Amino acid sequence: MNDLPLWAAIIVSVLLVLGAGLAMTGSLGLLRMRIFYQRLHAPSLASSGATTCIVLASVIASSIGSNSLVLHDLLIGFFIMCTMPVTLMLLGRAALYRDRAEDRPVVAPTDPLTVPPRQD
Amino acid sequence: MSIMILAAAILLAQVLLALAILFAGIRVIRGPRAQDRVLALDTVYLNTMLLLITLGIRTGTGFFFEAALIIAILGFVATVALAKFLMRGEVIE
Repeated sequence: MNDLPLWAAIIVSVLLVLGAGLAMTGSLGLLRMRIFYQRLHAPSLASSGATTCIVLASVIASSIGSNSLVLHDLLIGFFIMCTMPVTLMLLGRAALYRDRAEDRPVVAPTDPLTVPPRQD
Repeated sequence: MSIMILAAAILLAQVLLALAILFAGIRVIRGPRAQDRVLALDTVYLNTMLLLITLGIRTGTGFFFEAALIIAILGFVATVALAKFLMRGEVIE
């Protein structure tokens, strides 16, 4: 931990606490919500808001601490932003498939994204 | 002064992220079905990665960046493979 100027320390601190609070809220939602399709929304709070805040805090801290522009932490944020929606959508569709196969109550009776079978 | 503010904020952030990992861990243990466990495991991966970035700010080295990047990539691959397994019953067809 280098000696940052006061304004940079305040910015980094606010971003860190905000991001960690968002991550904690997302996990609390994962614990508290009732059904799986509601729980699926909770971790996106950690993947979007918390990752943005903490990565920005890391970029600011390392850039000012070393007196040069250090941007490699943005790579993590970019990667998480790209992959987390793919992950959550795959999981949601897998859960929907399993629920339909076992005749459990699902959120939608038919899949709105499937291509209808050809009639020939 | 600035070091004191930063140390307090980093400590608070680490406590909050540890609580987040704890909540997701409870959901891994308690989750009624397999997809709940996979989702909670993905959240554990994400929060651990955020905790490592926070540790990197605290120590001021670039050492934890690589660990965080590897955890992000491994978490994505693991969750996609598990989702594929839940859907098809096998990973590589």
